[in-house]
Amino acid sequence: MTGFLDSLLNGLALGSVYALIALGFVTIFKASGVLSFTHGSLLLLGGYLVAVLHDDIGFAGALAVAVLVTAAVAGALDRLVLQRVGGTDPHAAHVQTIVTIGVDIVLVTDLARRIGGDLLPLGDPWGSAVTDLGPVTVADSRVAAILVSAVAIGGAFALFRFTPWGLSLRAAAEDREAAALMGVRLTRVRTAAWCLAGALAALAAVFLVAFPAPGLERTTGQIALKAFPAAILGGMTSPVGALVGSMLIGLTEAFVAGYQSDLHVLGEGFGDVAPYAVMVLVLLVRPAGLFAAKGAARV
Amino acid sequence: MSDPRTLLLKRGPLLLVALLLCALPFYLDAFWLRIGLFSMAAAIGAVGLGLLSGTAGQLSLGHAFFLAVGAYGYVWLAGEPGPGLPPAVALVLAVLLAGAAGGLFSPVAGRVKGIYLGVATLALVFLGHHVLLTADSVTGGFNGRSVPPLELGGFTFAESDPELTVLGVPFGAEERLWYLGLVLFAVTWFTARGLLRGRPGRALVALRDSETAASVMGVHVARYRSAAFVVSSMYAGLAGALLALSFRRVVPDYFSLALSVDYLAMIVIGGLGSVAGATAGAVFVTALPLLMTRYADQLPLVATPGSGGGSIGPTEASRYLYGAAIVLILLFAPDGLHGLARRTRARLSRRPSVTGPHGSGPSPAPERAGSDAASDTPARAKEHTP
Repeated sequence: MTGFLDSLLNGLALGSVYALIALGFVTIFKASGVLSFTHGSLLLLGGYLVAVLHDDIGFAGALAVAVLVTAAVAGALDRLVLQRVGGTDPHAAHVQTIVTIGVDIVLVTDLARRIGGDLLPLGDPWGSAVTDLGPVTVADSRVAAILVSAVAIGGAFALFRFTPWGLSLRAAAEDREAAALMGVRLTRVRTAAWCLAGALAALAAVFLVAFPAPGLERTTGQIALKAFPAAILGGMTSPVGALVGSMLIGLTEAFVAGYQSDLHVLGEGFGDVAPYAVMVLVLLVRPAGLFAAKGAARV
Repeated sequence: MSDPRTLLLKRGPLLLVALLLCALPFYLDAFWLRIGLFSMAAAIGAVGLGLLSGTAGQLSLGHAFFLAVGAYGYVWLAGEPGPGLPPAVALVLAVLLAGAAGGLFSPVAGRVKGIYLGVATLALVFLGHHVLLTADSVTGGFNGRSVPPLELGGFTFAESDPELTVLGVPFGAEERLWYLGLVLFAVTWFTARGLLRGRPGRALVALRDSETAASVMGVHVARYRSAAFVVSSMYAGLAGALLALSFRRVVPDYFSLALSVDYLAMIVIGGLGSVAGATAGAVFVTALPLLMTRYADQLPLVATPGSGGGSIGPTEASRYLYGAAIVLILLFAPDGLHGLARRTRARLSRRPSVTGPHGSGPSPAPERAGSDAASDTPARAKEHTP
């Protein structure tokens, strides 16, 4: 039973971190139609900034700087590079997606070179502390991940729901042309969406490398890719779907890892790739994801 | 076409290049032949990916998986443990196996479109890598397996057996594999161009430009999408087998996501939807890191491997370069090297540059996507034909 509860808590913590990343994917996709493959490097950038700065300005300050800088980099990337690619080509969003891969290569190469073979500690206040919750022992960092993610995601949903920007974003996602005609400045809306996604990625980085993970390493960015299945499962355009997808992915990964001894047919370390297996299975049944609106094609 | 002189003028450059490629093993040492060999293998794979992503507009990040299927398929079928088939048969079967793997994925590949497919194929790479690591009895696990040399009618593509010296040049494994690679590449070149210029190519281009319009014109959407995926997987399988022969050992870590991204970089740098472009891109992406490593001590800003301490090694330098190349090419020359070459040629022959939209399927109505991109760049026509 404790094994079950352990896996459940781990899954929820993991899922809430994935949700931060997946929400970024969805926000970007809604605003610009681009799948951001740059997220791995944005995450790495956020983590790296915290790791480098926390000695001098403390963890909170470093986190604030990292979130702001990552948001600014993401916004600049959209404004200065992506929006200039593709022109009026109807496939512009596809071309821009490939550009994000190019940018990712450059950023990841540079960050990996700086990090080298080291494991960088982030100096987070939770350290390796644990709390006893009834029968299970849970790492404080996991609890913090769940709480902070809940607040951040709640904040993001409030932004979508209650601010003029959120209204513009939803309008743009619904019908770009009509939104533009109604006076929505699409360029600003999408740049802001990129900024938000960058900030969420930096925040996610902190929890991804917190205890019991050993620290920031050069491959940490790859974890962002696991949020892709989460966003795809949710149908890419639905923030709620991304949330559900993330939880599904996080729980799957945690349970497969937790019950690995019973699942040894699947091979060691199957937990790491389980999200992808879930995604393929779901796509077989519902090619547009679980929460996607049925789209009708008009000529 | 019937006039032999026009034919010679038209085919002349191609013949010349072919002759040159055949003569190279007599002048180059093993290092350069090796680069050429890897480039040819990469070109075969890139042509396959170009068919799928450039022509059919389906983004795939799963190419590394199909390369792995081809490579491991050949090794297992031809080797011990395994059925130990004659290597030539194993090579053909490995290509078919890669195609079958693509076919198995077709329920997803046929229905999921565009960039969604890119993410769905991510799954293939990670799941495939996991299988390669864990299915020890077939793949040899983490340490991989050594590759049995190809044998064709008593002739072995390895250092000896039979010993061979042509015009005073001893023919080792590199020289022999060079010609094998050349033949396989020629097959790829002509089949891919045939496909692209024929009915299937036009159907795929129509599908890319507008799914609705294409299906109204009678293109079976799911079938063509799946077929493009299967054919692209078969080219990848062939490339994988050739790579395995040149490496002489296959290890799981080679077939990672980075390899898929390499192939994507090749077709983007070369120019989407063109066989020649994919080849040029493949040579660029493959040769760059190898050359950088070799000449690291003579290049400014590049440290020799192993000198450590946050300096820029040759692998990193080449990754910077080609990451930047993707971004810059899409920013300033969206039709890649292929388009650059075409425009230079047009300028040299003092003809006005071809910029009008090429008749390639029904052109889509100005769509919503992209209409917001406040960009001052004019709509640039994309080259759709190879």
